[in-house]
Amino acid sequence: MSVAELLTPAQVEAAARLARLLLNEGEAAAFAAQLAPILARVQALDELDTSNVAPLARLSPLANVLRPDEARPSLGADLALREAPDAAGGFFRVPRVLGEGGGA
Amino acid sequence: MSAIGDLSACEAAAAFARGDITARAAVDAIAARIERFQSRLNAYAATAVEDARERAEDLDRRRRRGEALGRLAGAVLAINDNFATARGVTACGSRMLAGYHAPYDAAAVARIVAAGGIIIGKTVMDEFAAGGTTETSAVGPARNPWDPSHTPGGAAGGGACAVAARLCHGGYGSDTDGSIRLPAAFCGITGLKPTYGRVSRYGLAACGSSLEQIGPFARDARDAALLLSAIAGHDPRDATSAPLPPPDCLVPPANLPRGLRIGFPRAGCERSCEPAVLASADDACAAFRALGARIAPLAMPLLEHAAACLRVIAAAEAASNLARLDGAHFGHRTAEKAPPGGDETEFLCAASRREGFGAEIKRRILLGTLVLSSGRYESCYAKALRVRRLIKEELERAFESCDLVLLPAAPAAPFKLGEKIADPAALLRLHVFTAGANLAGVPALSFPAGFAGGLPLGVQLLAPPFGEGLLLQAGHAFQQATDWHLRAPPGVAGEEDA
Repeated sequence: MSVAELLTPAQVEAAARLARLLLNEGEAAAFAAQLAPILARVQALDELDTSNVAPLARLSPLANVLRPDEARPSLGADLALREAPDAAGGFFRVPRVLGEGGGA
Repeated sequence: MSAIGDLSACEAAAAFARGDITARAAVDAIAARIERFQSRLNAYAATAVEDARERAEDLDRRRRRGEALGRLAGAVLAINDNFATARGVTACGSRMLAGYHAPYDAAAVARIVAAGGIIIGKTVMDEFAAGGTTETSAVGPARNPWDPSHTPGGAAGGGACAVAARLCHGGYGSDTDGSIRLPAAFCGITGLKPTYGRVSRYGLAACGSSLEQIGPFARDARDAALLLSAIAGHDPRDATSAPLPPPDCLVPPANLPRGLRIGFPRAGCERSCEPAVLASADDACAAFRALGARIAPLAMPLLEHAAACLRVIAAAEAASNLARLDGAHFGHRTAEKAPPGGDETEFLCAASRREGFGAEIKRRILLGTLVLSSGRYESCYAKALRVRRLIKEELERAFESCDLVLLPAAPAAPFKLGEKIADPAALLRLHVFTAGANLAGVPALSFPAGFAGGLPLGVQLLAPPFGEGLLLQAGHAFQQATDWHLRAPPGVAGEEDA
């Protein structure tokens, strides 16, 4: 498989939808071409036999950290909403999700 | 005495404690230099000179009253643009967070302040730390003080630039993939990536959560020890923070421990770096040998795979962490309206992200999404996690026969801005020597070890987890025997404080 075949513009577009990212004109092709050499380096990891190796996702020991169940001060709604592009009545406001008349 | 701006962090703190300088004079001296050099070097994304002056005057008043002040009092410091601060903007080098005010101080920021440090500004970084040159920064690249047409290295290049150009007494960055060590090497200063868990990440804008650590940019190993000691230690607000006391390394001994064994995987390095870089690593080995260390050969065949392995994991973590930037909660929101009949909320998110993110962080998000998607999860993401374990085990084996491992910090000397930005494979190779320490979570100290064409070269030492004390001791001993760290970029040191 050639390097260019490692990633097609259509695959980039599909990933962009999953990542909730609109692409500009021409970006799918450009990103595919720019990421293919990275994926080629990733494919080179296949030289290494990892058939009996467990994945290592985190370095800290997996121990549950507990604390007493006591109320403590928290950020508070005003501060949490302070940077919201649009806030109203203690909520983050976004465009209408349900259709007119309660459809969807 | 040197000009106040030329002092190291240790010297500034000591001069303040003796009453030789006021904190206000220190801030004024540094502010004058920033004023003078910022347009040429673009080290700072934002400065807070008035805040720093107020804080300095408060410290001066408290010192006159005889109050006990912290170990950083008198030192004027810079922090990376991804440390949350309740005052000022925390933009992470991104248009997405331009003008964003965090609701609280990061744990490291609170500790710097509690120790008496005076924060004068936030330094330029690659957007969300995605880069090795600062060229992906939304406010333009920082420049190398040794030659402003060259990159200072990245991601936290502005911090290294500021320390090298004497635009602060010391600084702090974060290191996900060499983001402290690469720019430290390129700018001719000392940079430490601590052990994963050594410093609280609470309030550090999360990107590569299993990889990143906050650490110091410093004029030398002694300063690095002072700066680390102020921020290290357990923090219950970061579940990955280790319940250990800070390392006992405040004043590193000037000699090497007797019989110190340093492993040097020379053949593996030679395959991946420029001849001048290899020569500086050889010279560093010779200097350590003269100090009584034994340099042991080492095979590290996995070295060449570390950068690609890390990129997969970092991209997956970045894609996941940056999903929170959705145009609804905080950060940039598009002014565009959804096309008729489209899903308006979905459009709000996807269009805000299109406008707020730059090209490189978009590529990382897409790469991360791809390697986490069902078609590539096993072959890319899980594969990288398995290789990560192999790399960690390779380092653990090295530490069975050696106390420290020596590597170049970067495979090349600093290069021109624009030279590699269009070559993704060349940019990935920049991280060949730094990735291992992040993947394994071990500490690594990068320090100056030579020059090529008038530009600095660095080497790094890696230690077993929580071995910062030994690292700093070895770095300090090296700096007693060499003078690379004493060189200053042309035209920045020794000037009168205006």
